[in-house]
Amino acid sequence: MKKDIILAGVGGQGILSIATIIGYAVVQSDLHLKQAEVHGMSQRGGAVESHLRISDKEIHSDLVPHGRSDMIISVEPMESLRYFPYLKHDGWLITNVTPFVNIPNYPEMEHLLNEIRGHKNSIAIDGDAIAKEIGSPRSMNMVILGAASPFLEIPFEMLEDSIRAVFERKGEDIVQKNLDALNRGRDFAEKYIQK
Amino acid sequence: MDKLLLLGDEALAQGALDAGLSGAYGYPGTPSTEIFEYVQRNKEAAERGVHRTWSANEKTAMEEALGMSYTGKRAIVTMKHVGLNVAADPFVNSGITGTNGGLIVAVADDPSMHSSQNEQDSRHYGRFALIPVFEPSNQQEAYNMTFDAFALSEKYKTPVVMRLVTRLSHSRAGIIRKEQLEENAIKLPENPNQFVLLPAFARQNYKNLVEKQKILEKESEESKYNVYHEGKDKSLGIIACGLGYNYVKENHVEAECEYPILKISQYPLPRKMITKMINECDEVLIVEDGMPVIEEWLRGYMDNSLNIKGRMDGTLPRVGELDPAKLRTALGLEPYPMKKIPEIVKGRPPELCKGCPHRDSYIALNEAMKKYGPGHVFADIGCYTLGFLAPFHAINSCVDMGASISMAVGAASAGLFPSIAVIGDSTFGHSGMTPLLDAVNSKANIVVFILDNSIVAMTGMQDSAVTGKIEEICAGVGVEKEHIRVIIPLKPHHEENVRIIQNEINYKGVSVIIPRRPCIHIASKMRKQK
Ligand SMILES: Cc1ncc(C[n+]2csc(CCOP(=O)(O)OP(=O)(O)O)c2C)c(N)n1
Ligand code: SF4
Repeated sequence: MKKDIILAGVGGQGILSIATIIGYAVVQSDLHLKQAEVHGMSQRGGAVESHLRISDKEIHSDLVPHGRSDMIISVEPMESLRYFPYLKHDGWLITNVTPFVNIPNYPEMEHLLNEIRGHKNSIAIDGDAIAKEIGSPRSMNMVILGAASPFLEIPFEMLEDSIRAVFERKGEDIVQKNLDALNRGRDFAEKYIQK
Repeated sequence: MDKLLLLGDEALAQGALDAGLSGAYGYPGTPSTEIFEYVQRNKEAAERGVHRTWSANEKTAMEEALGMSYTGKRAIVTMKHVGLNVAADPFVNSGITGTNGGLIVAVADDPSMHSSQNEQDSRHYGRFALIPVFEPSNQQEAYNMTFDAFALSEKYKTPVVMRLVTRLSHSRAGIIRKEQLEENAIKLPENPNQFVLLPAFARQNYKNLVEKQKILEKESEESKYNVYHEGKDKSLGIIACGLGYNYVKENHVEAECEYPILKISQYPLPRKMITKMINECDEVLIVEDGMPVIEEWLRGYMDNSLNIKGRMDGTLPRVGELDPAKLRTALGLEPYPMKKIPEIVKGRPPELCKGCPHRDSYIALNEAMKKYGPGHVFADIGCYTLGFLAPFHAINSCVDMGASISMAVGAASAGLFPSIAVIGDSTFGHSGMTPLLDAVNSKANIVVFILDNSIVAMTGMQDSAVTGKIEEICAGVGVEKEHIRVIIPLKPHHEENVRIIQNEINYKGVSVIIPRRPCIHIASKMRKQK
């Protein structure tokens, strides 16, 4: 088993929480893990990425090699495309479609969606809308993780367990909202695959 | 013991704690900050009373760590690569004095300058100061090496550098811990001359240091971190240092590498191993994540001796960090097919947060400066450096910590009017107080903005050494009280702030303006504490 994943988004959108949840699940199993984070620059609003590598064999590089990523998980549509050079031709592109517009020359949404759908294995999901629906706008990242979960080869229950463990100290309500978000994302992806 | 999932920085910190650390010293700087923060947050470190307060800058931190080493206890000092420039004087001289208790200088380099002004390579400093360097290639090595680094330090009475790079500092992996060591008790140096660098003693110490190199080289030769992997195909040999080794291995996951590989993670260079490789291989590829340090040494100035490939002949790029794809090309392997970034994707640079106090400071400064035109504002390093970008375009320089005030002094003495300095509170504590003293002594006609957001924001919210002390420091240095002005960088105060700035520009002498409002990311926390 080997999964090379690029997580993408804008600073402050919560990609590191996605990494933490997957990381926690992986450590509970016997798999190897390397996860290169982006730190520094406390300001919000810049492009951020994280490389996540999971394997049943020893992992050498902390960075995912170009052209070898099995999956891009992005919480922002334009950011999902920035990491194309890493993605395998048949790799999965899973992205939120609500744009984070903080630059004057942000591209047309229609063009972005064309590019995203132009990649053969892609799932475009409105994570923000779903998170709002369940009354927890900040759980958008967990919706996106849910949408990526069918491709992770990590048992879904393990992801649920790590949400419980990681969010435990924030209270039962937050745990439940994030579990909801994860399941809603998962349902969306499964329906999509069946189509 | 159970597995911990740790950043390279944290693994090093946990290693140091387990190897009997008594004190951590440091100044924040990406990507080194998490070493110190890990010790700071660690429960056991608190119980043991391990020293873990941030220092004012890297020089004081280095000297404080040397002071702990003098007593016989184990100390670590942490900084980013450019911090070692600030600490260079005590660092180089600590090689001459040598150590008593184990001393690790943990420096994190930043190839590709993800958040730095340059990509200098700390291995240069190691060689320059004749101080051994460990360069871990993964998180487990970063952990394990602290034990060996402290032991080497105490055995040969030398500080030891541990050089990390961004991609190790900020990458997580599972760590298996070792049995913990006890902390050392106080035991002063046996030789009373050791730490007294009067010329007569310094000469003797320096001679000893030079002598020591042979035995340190032998240690490298026998080190478990320097490994010669034999290979059948001798048309090429690969010398791979630190993370460079991983990128070579990454390109040989499907098939074993046929070439001999020499992995290097401990310096001075293991001469015999290098000689063996050069003698048995037709060509040698040198893989270094950072500057071509080894490559330059081996090529020599005349560069006519060996068939060396690396960063200097274009086999690998001369600048920037390495990655698996760059190695793939250098090894002559077919590149993996790569999709292009669609053209519609635009750059997204970082920006000052919405509601950031620096925004209001720059809006007021810009208005007051309108009539003078651009080119008058020397700034410094921190969040506020983003004032260079749209929509502010408010500053004209960012060189090194503290340079805002000194450059403003220099420009003012050249006749530039107005000459303005903009510096953050932590940067002021780091290196701004001494140039302010220069300004007062030379009666420079400058206005200094000390942007007080109560925190070191840029590097992720560490305590600022000067919080609550800034006015007193300025007055103590000799700035006149009437010209130390505190303003509130908020919209309702805008008109008043512009007036104050204009008045201080018109005052012939040193003025200090302190815009004071907490970074929005700590503001709510501070309100709760009250
Ligand atoms: C010699 C050196 N040490 C450390 C750093 C890393 N660094 C960059 S900015 C900064 C501090 C910024 O704090 P402050 O001046 O309070 O400004 P703020 O970011 O809070 O606006 C630090 C520690 C550096 N660039 N150079
Ligand atoms: S982190 Fe704080 S100081 Fe830095 S830009 Fe944001 S609000 Fe301003």
